[in-house]
Amino acid sequence: MSIGHTLLALLESGPRHGYDLKRAFDEKFGHDRPLHYGQVYSTMSRLLKNGLVAVDGVEAGGGPERKRYAITEAGVTDVSQWLAQPEKPEPYLQSTLYTKVVLALLTGRSAAELLDLQRTEHLRLMRILTDRKRQGDLADQLICDHALFHLEADLRWLELTSARLSRLASEIGAPGRPGPGDQKKAGA
Amino acid sequence: MIPAGSLLVAEDLHKTYGRTTALDGAGFSIHPGEVVAVMGSSGSGKSTLLHCLAGIVPPDSGTLRYDGQDLVAMTDARRSALRRTEFGFVFQFGQLVPELTCTENVALPLRLAGVRRRAAELTALQWLERLEVEDIGHQRPSEVSGGQGQRVAVARALVTSPRVVFADEPTGALDTYSGERVMQLLTDAARTTNAAVVLVTHEPRVAAYSDREIVVRDGRTRDVDHTV
Ligand SMILES: Nc1ncnc2c1ncn2[C@@H]1O[C@H](COP(=O)(O)OP(=O)(O)OP(=O)(O)O)[C@@H](O)[C@H]1O
Ligand SMILES: [Mg+2]
Repeated sequence: MSIGHTLLALLESGPRHGYDLKRAFDEKFGHDRPLHYGQVYSTMSRLLKNGLVAVDGVEAGGGPERKRYAITEAGVTDVSQWLAQPEKPEPYLQSTLYTKVVLALLTGRSAAELLDLQRTEHLRLMRILTDRKRQGDLADQLICDHALFHLEADLRWLELTSARLSRLASEIGAPGRPGPGDQKKAGA
Repeated sequence: MIPAGSLLVAEDLHKTYGRTTALDGAGFSIHPGEVVAVMGSSGSGKSTLLHCLAGIVPPDSGTLRYDGQDLVAMTDARRSALRRTEFGFVFQFGQLVPELTCTENVALPLRLAGVRRRAAELTALQWLERLEVEDIGHQRPSEVSGGQGQRVAVARALVTSPRVVFADEPTGALDTYSGERVMQLLTDAARTTNAAVVLVTHEPRVAAYSDREIVVRDGRTRDVDHTV
């Protein structure tokens, strides 16, 4: 996630102090990882340098968290552009898993076992997220659901692959059988 | 190997339908209060396993013990009694009686067990409340949504305080949100009553409501033991 854009967008509703920005960020988005003050200062000074925010006053007592920031016109444009830009889908896990499956087949190891282990691992994480979802507020639920849908997509791919190991093995010219878990019906 | 404290244990179950092998050495075990997901692709034998475990379909061979009793050897009458009093069932499509109201549907298992009408319907109402559908008690199944009907079916499965709930794709006909709500309510209710739940599903997000999963493949099971 882009911390810069997030902090910038939080300023659209009105100027805020550094400590206030951190608090707002943590409350809404920092479920697992609250921001360090250091991150806030370095981000804000970068935004300042790029003209996306301006200092709108300093509270007595000094220290960077006492600075009050306001978003500039350029900052608002930047937020708009960021929101309008679709995120790049990241199919990384799939390709790692795919590589592992192919290598298992090529080296005569059990690809079926590998897929079973991965399923267990995925479901383990899905259980943790489901538990958290049950106990959390709506924000927690939405964040967990996002992760759950992604994990589910991986799992569906695992099941499909698992059912087609024989065919994959023969297409990539792997030696021997794919493993004890392979389906007889695969490739039918 | 039979885990200690199991409520329902099956070993080496075989079942064929004509020339189709539905189960080919399947095993299963569940503790009181445990939710076990039965996963696997279509036609792998999940429903057949559930039907054998619930004493609905006799296996060709293998052992099946419920609470220390031999499910295969016992008389049909005894098995039916068990199913009525100790087991609860939820299937993909509600299977509610269309002529009865939702409250009467939920009360039905109690009525069959000899509970008087008023008492049965009072208990039924409490279960409908627990599943957040008390307001449709007077309606007939055809007049409620799929998600509401499924909650009524869950209430009916739990109304006798069964020790095992058998659920075969209980959310299969529902959208993501109402499906998950049904799963939450089902597993919450099962936890508070310490009922075991055998949950057949091919949906990973539904299986995530379980404590443990087993995978059926070509009629064989692979127990995934999280304790090892
Ligand atoms: N009553 C029956 N008569 C004949 N064949 C049957 C019967 N019940 C199941 N089968 C066969 O046994 C095999 C296993 O079926 P089962 O219903 O247990 O699969 P499943 O895993 O529940 O599938 P699905 O996910 O599609 O519900 C299939 O090949 C099926 O065609
Ligand atoms: Mg089935």
